[in-house]
Amino acid sequence: MSARANTRGYAQSQSGWLFALPALALIGVFFLLPVIGALLLSFTDFDLYALADVGNLRIVGLHNYHTLLITPMFWKALGNTTVFVILGVPLSLIASLGAALLVDSRLTRFKDFFRTALFAPVVTTLVAVALIWRYMLHTRYGLINYLLTHLGLPAIDWLGDPHWSMPAIVLLAVWKNFGYNMIILLAALQNIPEDLYEAARLEGASAWHCLRHVSLPLLVPTLTLVSIITVSGYFQLFAEPYVMTQGGPLQSTVSVLYFMFEQGFKWWNLGFASAVAFVLFALILVLTLLQLRLARRLGET
Amino acid sequence: MGVEAEVLAQLLPEFERTHPLVKVEIQQLAWTAAHEKLLTAVAGDATPDLCQLGNSWIPELVALKALEPLATHLASSREIQAEDYFSGVWQTNTVDDTLYAVPWYVDTRLLFYRRDLLKAAGFDAPAQTWSGWLTQLRAIKRMVGPQRYAVLMPLNEFEPLQILALEQSEPMLREGGRYGNFRSESFRHALGFYRDLFAESLAPTMTNQQVANVWNEMGKGFFSFYISGPWNIAEFKRRLPPELQSSWMTAPMPGPDGPGVSNAGGSSLVILHSSKHQQSAWELLEFLSTPAIQQRFYELTGDLPPRRSSWQGGAIATDPYTQAFRTQLERLRTFPQVPEWEEIMQEMRIMAERVVQGQQDVNSAVTAFDAQVDDMLAKRRWMLARQQNKAAATP
Repeated sequence: MSARANTRGYAQSQSGWLFALPALALIGVFFLLPVIGALLLSFTDFDLYALADVGNLRIVGLHNYHTLLITPMFWKALGNTTVFVILGVPLSLIASLGAALLVDSRLTRFKDFFRTALFAPVVTTLVAVALIWRYMLHTRYGLINYLLTHLGLPAIDWLGDPHWSMPAIVLLAVWKNFGYNMIILLAALQNIPEDLYEAARLEGASAWHCLRHVSLPLLVPTLTLVSIITVSGYFQLFAEPYVMTQGGPLQSTVSVLYFMFEQGFKWWNLGFASAVAFVLFALILVLTLLQLRLARRLGET
Repeated sequence: MGVEAEVLAQLLPEFERTHPLVKVEIQQLAWTAAHEKLLTAVAGDATPDLCQLGNSWIPELVALKALEPLATHLASSREIQAEDYFSGVWQTNTVDDTLYAVPWYVDTRLLFYRRDLLKAAGFDAPAQTWSGWLTQLRAIKRMVGPQRYAVLMPLNEFEPLQILALEQSEPMLREGGRYGNFRSESFRHALGFYRDLFAESLAPTMTNQQVANVWNEMGKGFFSFYISGPWNIAEFKRRLPPELQSSWMTAPMPGPDGPGVSNAGGSSLVILHSSKHQQSAWELLEFLSTPAIQQRFYELTGDLPPRRSSWQGGAIATDPYTQAFRTQLERLRTFPQVPEWEEIMQEMRIMAERVVQGQQDVNSAVTAFDAQVDDMLAKRRWMLARQQNKAAATP
């Protein structure tokens, strides 16, 4: 009896594997192999000279990782990226949650219009947007400084002062990306059954209580997902500094990924760049696991 | 690349008429992406027959063994004579005494300046020495006040400092491009001069992006001098209003103690080693190098021809703004021909920005930078040592 069940289970799992095979093969060829290749590459000094003649390739073991850890520019890039994540992720989550609640509210008119308008930055090209933002952030002609000086505040050299360049990038990135999370949160909000609110209101709950005790607890799984996606996405900051500042001023907007890009594709130090990629990968993995654990704790209480 | 590829399409029918068996296909690349794309093309074995190349990239592609040596073609050519080319730019096409490319156009940099503002400050023409120039810059600064500047040296460009360093007697690398030589008296002098321009507020601590529109700003007198290249002649002609057209001019670089040298930038034409149409590629290269074609090319693009005979006719012979370039082209200095050069220059720019912003003094900056450059050249030293050992082993 149990033997028969086993064979049937075996046959079933075999056909299951068979069905999954095409997808697995694709993942293997286009994801796993390159990743393994890059890992191997990170133990070599693959560079321009090695590209010309493989004889110039040297196996260097952990040398790239060691060099990386003593390169000040890497630590600076990691610091910049961390600042970006710490400033950007909460801002982005608050902005998307706020926007989702506003668009979801029954008091809002022209919902479709707002939903589209707030989502629009996500689908516009960053390069075009960056051009506009460069003018908005311009020290002497920019709209933002115009408003600041009107309020009696000093004008800020947004893209020229190393203390303000990262906040400027955060501003751009949050504005550009919050619409995406907004749509996800909006869908979750609309999934919350109306009778829960009704019951709460019958008990005399205010709008704030409804938000605090009905909407937010039910949004926790979605918020976890959104924050994990946002953190890992923001750690991969690249395009914004690439088009806005090229890493300047004083390397204050060089992110880890930007550093990797320059090493890999500008100077062709592919071995070293692969090492950067794996360090970043390990970092994001650890952070995601931490977040998941934290979310599970939150869910239990 | 860029506008050159568009213009080339207009010149090619003439070539195809005289060479009926050859069909030329052009692939256009954006300058900003060209370097990456070319290296990827070499890695993926998808190179063209003939290619335009920024001449600072030549050592890199030579290291990749991607370029065909041109000596034999040159020896039998009636069209191209090395002596007719400006020697500074011809040298950038030669790596370890082997010719790999023929210059197509030159991008050297020199002074663009506001004649009227210089005149108002009490000078008829830009000085030819650093000290004279400094006097002029200070006079302009006194005249225009704290909100304006005398010269623009964008912090995102390494070229201005590179030129100041090239003007010095000692080279930036030593022992055949094996080690950095940035702690030399020469480089420290150049970096000190550069830093002082910012420290005295003669130059704004700004990048091009922050200035946003350099042509407008020069028109408004935000700065009076700007170190830039020939592509800006057309831009200034087009973007400055008619009443300002007579108030700007170009002048050769001033040097530490007399007329200065400048960098030998520009584009060259190369034949790729993997090409199956070497002879046709060479014929096209010759066609593009004839003075008549180069003069028309200048009229269409504003790119300056690299050979003296091309300067003797057409619009280029009479344009007032190009004459300073003609003078400067006789005084070019080649940067070290190592593949790591561009990376070294980018890092130099970063180092110089720290010095300008007061985060590091000149002496400690150049010492640390030399160590950094030595690291970048470590692989090159290893390769050169290995080649020497091999050469010694084979009798």
